[in-house]
Amino acid sequence: MSDVSNTLGGTPTKDGAFLSVRDLKVHFTTSDGIVKATDGLSFDLERGKTLGIVGESGSGKSVSSSAIMGLHRGTNAKLSGEILLDGVDLLHVSDEEMRKRRGRDVAMIFQDPLSAMHPYYTVGNQIMEAYQVHNDVTKREARKRAIEMLDRVGIPQPDRRVDDYPHQFSGGMRQRAMIAMGLINNPSLLIADEPTTALDVTVQAQILDLLQDLQRDFDAAIIIITHDLGVVAEMADDVLVMYAGRAVEYGPGKEILTHPEMPYTWGLLSSVPDLTASTEAKLIPIRGNPPSLLNPPPGCPFEPRCDHVAKVGGDLCKTVLPELTPARSGGNHTKRCHLENPDEVYEAEILPEIAPDLVED
Amino acid sequence: MLGFVVRRLISALLVLFAVSVAVVAIFTYGPSDPARAMCPEPKCSVQRQDAIREALNLDQPIHEQYIDYMTGIVSGREIAAGTEAYECDAPCFGVSFIYRTMVWDDIKDRIGPTVSVAIGAGVTILLIGVPIGMFAARRRGTMADKAVIGSTLVIESIPYYLFVLLAFLYLAVSFGIFPQKGYHSFTDSPVQWAWALVLPWLALGMVNASKYARFTRGSMIEAFNEDYIRTAKSKGLKESKVVYKHALRAAVVPIVTIFGIDFGALLGGTIFTEKIFDIPGLGLRSLEAVTQSDLPVIQATTLISAAVVIAANVVVDLFYSVLDPRVRVT
Repeated sequence: MSDVSNTLGGTPTKDGAFLSVRDLKVHFTTSDGIVKATDGLSFDLERGKTLGIVGESGSGKSVSSSAIMGLHRGTNAKLSGEILLDGVDLLHVSDEEMRKRRGRDVAMIFQDPLSAMHPYYTVGNQIMEAYQVHNDVTKREARKRAIEMLDRVGIPQPDRRVDDYPHQFSGGMRQRAMIAMGLINNPSLLIADEPTTALDVTVQAQILDLLQDLQRDFDAAIIIITHDLGVVAEMADDVLVMYAGRAVEYGPGKEILTHPEMPYTWGLLSSVPDLTASTEAKLIPIRGNPPSLLNPPPGCPFEPRCDHVAKVGGDLCKTVLPELTPARSGGNHTKRCHLENPDEVYEAEILPEIAPDLVED
Repeated sequence: MLGFVVRRLISALLVLFAVSVAVVAIFTYGPSDPARAMCPEPKCSVQRQDAIREALNLDQPIHEQYIDYMTGIVSGREIAAGTEAYECDAPCFGVSFIYRTMVWDDIKDRIGPTVSVAIGAGVTILLIGVPIGMFAARRRGTMADKAVIGSTLVIESIPYYLFVLLAFLYLAVSFGIFPQKGYHSFTDSPVQWAWALVLPWLALGMVNASKYARFTRGSMIEAFNEDYIRTAKSKGLKESKVVYKHALRAAVVPIVTIFGIDFGALLGGTIFTEKIFDIPGLGLRSLEAVTQSDLPVIQATTLISAAVVIAANVVVDLFYSVLDPRVRVT
């Protein structure tokens, strides 16, 4: 089974997953050529589970999630592949059908809650609107429901704050209000696009807690897009590491964080500051910049920035795009790398650099 | 909010004060000598002109002249013009040098036509410009967008007076579709009033609407790129609601800002339009006064136009704070 899907550039399929994305491609036609923002992405997600999508800016995280929301409709983006939500391919439903599903089946919360809320309408108005569009209710009922949701996400005095404008809310409260708006129709899938990036650290933790709480109550599947591995460690059951529009490593969160087998993931881990580590531990940024998605290199997209190219024979990294293959550590863990023994390289070279105290055990 | 209103009103009054000082100063420091303008050389001797200057209080220091003038506006005053003295009731803007009539009596009849032109033109500008801009914004990048915006540029690059003149010559004179002359008071006959003004409205409206079309397009496109539009879409709102409730609501704020200023300018009188269509408005009167060096009339029209423009700006600012809740708290 896994062999077949691997030749498609996908990951092993689990039949009948709640959300199943298969070989998703999002290409934008520009005057300079085709930008392959997402190029053959596959993953699965069950209800009640959380998938963390990690990667640098421009790696295709947000573009892929917008594709699930159907937000590329009406633009010049070309989409192909399958997005199966409960068996229905969202890429092939009508615009009107997709509109009805947006906010009801699939909801999204955004990075910066200040710019993501309309500055001229009250928070309550915007939440009520999200409810009214999918439910045939009176204004009074919608308002009651909005107040309930605000209360549920922990806004104090919700019956009073419902009439405030977004600028009268603090950053954390705005994000809570966004979450209330996203969850008001009990969506089965919630996409959180860097939900805590614009918030300070203490508020971040509260928001993540809230999301986990609500996930338990609503049994929703959550996709959390982030570049913060701390968020991933706290939230995600599965992790998908994206680079240059492709999955470069995919598997259970714990696996990816403890036994990463792709140099890009190592780079991400090395650039995380660790408060508990000794001051000797270095913070190592990944050198260089992500490749242009307009003219991606023919081989491994990470090759120009990779420190381990020499360990692979010949110019394999430069010329051949590695397939997503099962990791050495087994499980459902897959990675896209030509290295023969990435697990040994990690143990020997990377771990001592980023967590010297772990090597002793 | 109250503090904002008070601050805004104070600054408006300061501007008005500066304009009024300049207006009074025209008498003493202006390029034309009031005594000569009133009674030129062969008719009046130099001694006679000196007597006129004295009668006009021109020998007084400027601040006394200013106080005199302002007192006149507020409570009326007595004015000497030539050999006679005139009882000038409030609001007194002086006596016309040429017609020896009260300037206010002359001007107050001019306000109606100018306001009529301004309101109609303002409505036309918005009714034509904003929908075209929205149409283009929703189809940005398409041929329809390019055609519409291209034609607004063509219209706008035609000099305004030429545009109005051509409209008048073809539509009123050659084809006789619209009446050529005449202004009818609204209270006399609303139908005739409107019919006589349709062409000026359309002419003024079309020329200015092209600017509003491009402006609306720009601010709608800007709004479409905002994060909250993506939020609105991701809630599953209908396209029409996203466009009209969310995008237009945001785009309307900058449109209101420039509209207030343009509308104020229209209220100050439109010289070309009034001249070509022979509408007895403020613009026409001030043009006449300038050619005749009729200083009191120039003063009055300048002051009134300035007051109207300043008032329009204040109204825009107050309206702005109604439109944008973020401004309200200050």
